[in-house]
Amino acid sequence: MYPRAFDYLRPTTKDEALDILAERGDEVKILAGGQSLIPMMKLRFASPPTLMDINRLPNLDTIEDVNGHVRVQALVRHNDVVRSDTISKANSCMASAAPWIADPIIRNLGTICGSIAHHDPEGDWASVLLAIGGEVVTESRDGGERVTPATDFLVDMFTTSCQPTEMVTEIRIPKYSKGGGNYQKLERKIGDYATVGAATHLELDASGTISKAGIALTSVYHHNLKVPAAEAVLVGNSPSEALFAEAGQIAKEACEPVDDVRGSAQYKRDVVRVFVERGLAASLAVANGA
Amino acid sequence: MNITVNVNGSERTEDVEPRLLLVDFIRTRLGLTGTHIGCDTTSCGVCTVLVDGAPVKSCTMFAVQADGRSIKTVEGLKENGNLHPIQQAFKEAHGLQCGYCTPAMMLVGSHLIENNSAPTEDEVRWAISGNLCRCTGYVNIVKSIQLAAEMSANGTEA
Repeated sequence: MYPRAFDYLRPTTKDEALDILAERGDEVKILAGGQSLIPMMKLRFASPPTLMDINRLPNLDTIEDVNGHVRVQALVRHNDVVRSDTISKANSCMASAAPWIADPIIRNLGTICGSIAHHDPEGDWASVLLAIGGEVVTESRDGGERVTPATDFLVDMFTTSCQPTEMVTEIRIPKYSKGGGNYQKLERKIGDYATVGAATHLELDASGTISKAGIALTSVYHHNLKVPAAEAVLVGNSPSEALFAEAGQIAKEACEPVDDVRGSAQYKRDVVRVFVERGLAASLAVANGA
Repeated sequence: MNITVNVNGSERTEDVEPRLLLVDFIRTRLGLTGTHIGCDTTSCGVCTVLVDGAPVKSCTMFAVQADGRSIKTVEGLKENGNLHPIQQAFKEAHGLQCGYCTPAMMLVGSHLIENNSAPTEDEVRWAISGNLCRCTGYVNIVKSIQLAAEMSANGTEA
């Protein structure tokens, strides 16, 4: 089906883009990769009066290590993350999730910032950001730059704290000295939404004790679900199979999957338990330099 | 709005409505019907073309986004009147049955072997994982892409 007609704007500077949002943000949708937005427009689930294409904005497509975090800008494509040495060194949860996003062709256009701004409740990147403690940077003409933890930015399904006058310009990935992460995904075929996804992240102190832990789940709740109770049992303890099994059990009880074509709720709960255990073991292996 | 797109080496300027999808621009405005429409929902990949060298699904991009970019479609694979190695290989190794997914498979395959001169079966299957073959003829598609890589590496045609 064809989208409804829209005005097409293609600013060539960020200031110009922020001006457009300041003046008519309510009627504008931002087009970055378009791999979620265009299908929604074709189904007429979304019919924005104005589409603002940001693909010609300069200096917005880098992944770089700056000011103690890794910055991933608005026009970084999923495949840029797949190929990034900076990401593979800095954050193994992100690195392991990237090849699981959609399919190889969609990854050439789709952006991580766009995924986060869209916040499909079955998207993978939101779980990753919740597990690793990422932040989202938005900018507006009159409000300047605003940095929001992913936990606050991701309000509910398809809902974020991004205002109509704002644009997501980057996400920030915190760095760690000794740690590792992982993303487990079960999908019926490549390109399908996750039946179950689990992002895990561990940081260890000098004695090998877990100093920080992140666990977030995809497709087993009405939005991406961070599981603080499972994280809490890990922190302050030495990693062990029994401890990881306990975290898996807590995650299994915290999620609320539904029966659908991808599997029964009971099955998905069991997959959550197994994925959290496996993901934590894989995260530990990375943290220990395996 | 007026857009200028380099299509298979030639500049084309057309006045398009912003909501015109790239696939329809290619098929109906330019008359290049080798690019197919399948699911129209970003799933099947038969509408794949190369935009600035990278495979994209042309049902999920507006023609206006391609303004100033280069597009390669299956019609642009042939070089100096000779079949591209990927075309020759699909012919030799029976890489097609009904042919519906073939233009996209060949474009994705050509992109793969440009970046990887000897892809393994797993690498080929990974590369084409965004493209569906409704005949399920994947075995020969994989063989064809690997054969094309060999032919390109040897600088010969089978």
